[in-house]
Amino acid sequence: MRVTFNVNGRPQEADDVWEGESLLYVLRERMGLPGSKNACEQGECGSCTVRLDGVPVCACLVAAAQVQDRDVVTVEGLADYAKDRAAGRCGTGACGTPLGEAQKWAAKPADGQTGESTESGDLSPIQEAFIDAGAVQCGFCTPGLLVAADELLERNPSPSDQDIREALSGNLCRCTGYEKILDAVRLAAARGESVTAGEGV
Amino acid sequence: MGVTRNPTNITQGSKTKGGLGESTLRPDGTLKVTGEFAYSSDMWHEDMLWGFTLRSPHAHAKILSIDTGEALATSGVYAIMTHDDLPAFTKYGLEYKDTPVLADGVVRYHGEPIAIIAADHPETARRAAAKIKVEFELLPLVIDEETALADGAPILHPNRDDHHAGHVTHPNIVHRQPIIRGDANEAAQRADIVISGEYEVGMQDQAFLGPESGLAVPAEDGGVDLYIATQWLHSDLGQLGPVLGLPEDKIRMTLSGVGGAFGGREDLSMQAHACLLALRTGKPVKIVYNRFESFFGHVHRHPAKLWYEHGVTSEGKITHMKCRIVLDGGAYASASPAVVGNASSLAVGPYVIDDVEIEAVALYTNNPPCGAMRGFGAVQACFAYEAQMDKLAAALDMDAVEFRQLNAMSQGTIMPTGQPVDSPAPVAELLRRVKALPMPPEQQWLAGDSAGRSTDVRALPGGLSNTTHGEGVVRGVGYAVGIKNVGFSEGFDDYSTARVRLEVINGEPVAMVHTAMAEVGQGGVTVHAQIARTELGVAQVTIHPADTQVGSAGSTSASRQTYVTGGAVKNSCEAVREKVLELGRARFGSYHPAWATAELLLEGGKVVTDGGEVLADLVDVIEGETIDLELEWRHRPTQAFDLVTGQGHGHVQYSFCAHRAVVEVDTELGLVKVIELAAAQDVGKALNPLSVVGQIQGGTTQGLGLAVMEEIIVDKNAKVRNPSFTDYLIPTILDTPTIPVDVLELADEHAPYGLRGIGEAPTLSSTPAVVAAIRAATGLALKRVPVRPEHLTGT
Repeated sequence: MRVTFNVNGRPQEADDVWEGESLLYVLRERMGLPGSKNACEQGECGSCTVRLDGVPVCACLVAAAQVQDRDVVTVEGLADYAKDRAAGRCGTGACGTPLGEAQKWAAKPADGQTGESTESGDLSPIQEAFIDAGAVQCGFCTPGLLVAADELLERNPSPSDQDIREALSGNLCRCTGYEKILDAVRLAAARGESVTAGEGV
Repeated sequence: MGVTRNPTNITQGSKTKGGLGESTLRPDGTLKVTGEFAYSSDMWHEDMLWGFTLRSPHAHAKILSIDTGEALATSGVYAIMTHDDLPAFTKYGLEYKDTPVLADGVVRYHGEPIAIIAADHPETARRAAAKIKVEFELLPLVIDEETALADGAPILHPNRDDHHAGHVTHPNIVHRQPIIRGDANEAAQRADIVISGEYEVGMQDQAFLGPESGLAVPAEDGGVDLYIATQWLHSDLGQLGPVLGLPEDKIRMTLSGVGGAFGGREDLSMQAHACLLALRTGKPVKIVYNRFESFFGHVHRHPAKLWYEHGVTSEGKITHMKCRIVLDGGAYASASPAVVGNASSLAVGPYVIDDVEIEAVALYTNNPPCGAMRGFGAVQACFAYEAQMDKLAAALDMDAVEFRQLNAMSQGTIMPTGQPVDSPAPVAELLRRVKALPMPPEQQWLAGDSAGRSTDVRALPGGLSNTTHGEGVVRGVGYAVGIKNVGFSEGFDDYSTARVRLEVINGEPVAMVHTAMAEVGQGGVTVHAQIARTELGVAQVTIHPADTQVGSAGSTSASRQTYVTGGAVKNSCEAVREKVLELGRARFGSYHPAWATAELLLEGGKVVTDGGEVLADLVDVIEGETIDLELEWRHRPTQAFDLVTGQGHGHVQYSFCAHRAVVEVDTELGLVKVIELAAAQDVGKALNPLSVVGQIQGGTTQGLGLAVMEEIIVDKNAKVRNPSFTDYLIPTILDTPTIPVDVLELADEHAPYGLRGIGEAPTLSSTPAVVAAIRAATGLALKRVPVRPEHLTGT
């Protein structure tokens, strides 16, 4: 079957999708978006957390057909999503790239394992904070945590430690002991750059 | 071409930023937060097939027949291979070559690979696997020491030819290591109190988040390119060559992104399978285990039974120690022999005990194979000896920390192996520091929550289950300290290799560091760049992807990689620097006498004297030249342990960590919440303080997991009952407390920069500290980890 939906603000389609395929498989294997990770594929670890119409979900538990005509934001689109939100443009990640920016777009050289590919100005506040706080070790849990933490700060710009723990309790990390992940969320909140269109709880 | 400047115009050198001792950020950090970092499961190749493994549903059975006909006829299936289709040598192994690539007529554990399938979609491969018909004849099981050593027990590996086959007392014993020093029986006469105990450690899993995966691409020369997550490229290569029937230069391995390892990627998993299918089909083959399969795809931490006896005088001095440690190695040897060496040589803990009688053995059983996991034999011992320390202190009516300090080892202490500890061993000091940290506030759940309620149930045992508002909740505090070796021991040639290139690019000096080190998340790539900046005084460092085009770096395990490959990078940088200075003397030596007379350094892109005088710009010295050196580097050699007495200088370095755990227990429901888990560790020299602390916190959390939740449950039929993250629980952010870390830096003069390997030590003492705190809260004996609610409620 063919599935058509918006990913990070751009319409995408996948052909020959088998009925049992998950959104995660379609993103990773059919759309070239491997940022959402495949650590358990049973909804236990949060590594594949994406936003579906704004709601954080485990992409491994969403059948691909369920996202027909809907909006998905993955870690690859998190920076743009945050930028749009800060500019008050839209809250679904569906607004895409403004024409002016698209015309100025240029590929950045990336070195697969060793180099910086992205100017730091191109990161969302939560991504910056994760790097600065040392919250990334092996990095496999990072994309899911970033999507979940970004959504938390959108809801609650100044969360308590218990709020952070509750919001991230569905995301397993095996490397860090979580302390630096807490640091990162605290840092992003303190930098106060997560001002959003959505009002906090 | 850079602009050539006359050296006389240069007047100021500047320190290079991003060097050693700074918390520089990961070079791969940006890629990892944007989703661009390519992990082994993210590999993709046009026209690639998906591999899948058919695994045994039984723990011990003869394979009578395998019928692949119907499966092969499935549309989209390209190849199916069983043992009979293997092209060359059919076994592999880290220490003994005893593990079949595909089951050789017998399966010896639940989940052993029987057949591999390549198909055009992972689901096609899975469905085809389900159509393979295998006929089994069940065989009697070996599940523990009793059944392994019983008269007439099935011998799992009857024709052993490994280097320990000759001295073990039974063929189901993988390896046995006694250590005898002094006379424990005679010393026991001097004891006023003798305490003995029996302890048990369950089977822990590394549970790294990135599942086993990789991509094998057949090459035109008949070889294969493998993109893989592993801990040691060259170890994989050495095992793959014979299995594929290819010379090693035809197997080109590149490290892809590794999603954690913790010991679980030391053994081969799908490496051989992917290569075999790729060579068979002529197409690229990707294999990605799902989480269920991952629990069968790698070895686990050895479950252990431990018997300990200590004596003390009434003054509190330990007189002697006797212990026996039995490790369940499962169906194949994996790293069991080395784990036995570690468990026995570290069984005494960080204490001074002159008279000891130690024995450690690992068994062959039909349980899942066990091998390397962070802490490697020392974890099991630490849980037992620290429980003993608390018991001894209680029997003497002494403070548990003071008792440990009274018996703590220090620099100069002789280990039971006869090896003197020849670098700082601040055991008493680490305990003092961790004890001196402020205590978390009592009844912290009364802080209130953001909704204005006076009690935040999330801070209580049971959390949002809302099972208590403080009723029945008891606090306990516990301490523990441990000792871990750093590096590969027992005479192993534990070297590493680093290639360092220095050249001018766009008018700037740029260093390139190329090693085969597996970056598994530990931050080695960060440290390599820091070393190059410090040693060569350049701002720009490129880290070349790890592959087998450069010499071996050894394994990213045993807390060794920063020590050994860090040492190799330092060594190669120093050699490059010598070449630079030679060039400089040839080009500019006549300008200034200091070129010949002074100690010269590279700093801030310049050649400077140790007095800080600038002699030349690095760019001008190396312009037009490329200095490119690849050198091996070795730490001090070690010795094997004597197989009878256990004597021998077997370890390179020791590493120490102490913990204080504060827990709150809901005694009605048996629920434990760890409130704080403070650590103090000596790291010798913190090359990157941020990474050091992160590493200690991560290791501490894995120890907490073993203390209260993590266990692979293997039933009486030797079958794994909980191969999922639903049932094998690792700590979430709700289970993990705040982890204050106190880092001590007492240099080890024998190590590069004085550093000390740090990765494993925090995983040792964390577990017994948490359990000691639960004992303190409940008054229960608790001889087994993980501690479960039913152990606390007596149900």
